[in-house]
Amino acid sequence: MKSSLIILAVFGAGIGVGLSGQLPAGFRPADYTEYVLYALLLCVGISIGGDRHVWSALRDRRNLRWGLVPLLVTIGTLAGAALVSRLLSDMPLRDALAVGAGFGYYSLSSVLITQAHSEALGVVALLSNLMREISTLLLAPLLVRCCGRLAPIACGGATAMDSTLPVIARFAGKEYAVVALFSGVTLTLAVPVLIFAILSA
Amino acid sequence: MAIILLCFIAGIVIGRLARPFQSLIRLADRLTMGWVYALLFVLGLSVGTNGEVLANFGPLGLQAGVLTAGAIVGSVAAVQLLGLWPTRPDR
Repeated sequence: MKSSLIILAVFGAGIGVGLSGQLPAGFRPADYTEYVLYALLLCVGISIGGDRHVWSALRDRRNLRWGLVPLLVTIGTLAGAALVSRLLSDMPLRDALAVGAGFGYYSLSSVLITQAHSEALGVVALLSNLMREISTLLLAPLLVRCCGRLAPIACGGATAMDSTLPVIARFAGKEYAVVALFSGVTLTLAVPVLIFAILSA
Repeated sequence: MAIILLCFIAGIVIGRLARPFQSLIRLADRLTMGWVYALLFVLGLSVGTNGEVLANFGPLGLQAGVLTAGAIVGSVAAVQLLGLWPTRPDR
């Protein structure tokens, strides 16, 4: 929760500076973002590749049933986003799928989508995926009661491996933390791949 | 975009190889947050200087909310299918 607030504050500070008109003429931040994005993805990869829990979660094939969780979350998320995009007048199916494919990983999905598509869709991705994380943190107890122990893991998407893992373990039970870790890791790996595939299709 | 994916895959391989050196992994973690803050600040700058995005901030937020609701309901509904999976009475 604290990190989401910091993220929003940094984003808001950027808007403030942009609005103030204090930027030197001819300064185009977009010229540099591509290289920063390469460095970011390299670092994200190193953190994932170097994390012991990630590899043990991926190797854990005790129960085939749990292996289906990230697959079902992917199908459900994309189908849900596709369906509701019909309600939105100016949201092409492809754009809705790309935003959905962030699975709550707002930082990575918003910068990837900004780069590959547009600032407007990047903002939608930032807000939508931030809402997904915050909703998971707030709704976890309710989700467990109404829809079962897998529900907060599904709702958390990629964040189930880190930021929402504590609430999932607390309300769904510690034994579900392993499922959450596996699902979150798989979906985190899928975020850049799916966004890339959807936006270049 | 393809280069971005290559960087991601290269990072995973480097991280896997560098696993004995956890201080390096922690450095990558910290750098990740730094890059994220930098990129989101820049996204904010672009939004702040882009009148069109700024004027549409409300509608964009609404779109985001609707998509989030669809994604959450869809994913929670989809995992309900696992309830149909036969379970062994192992606990």
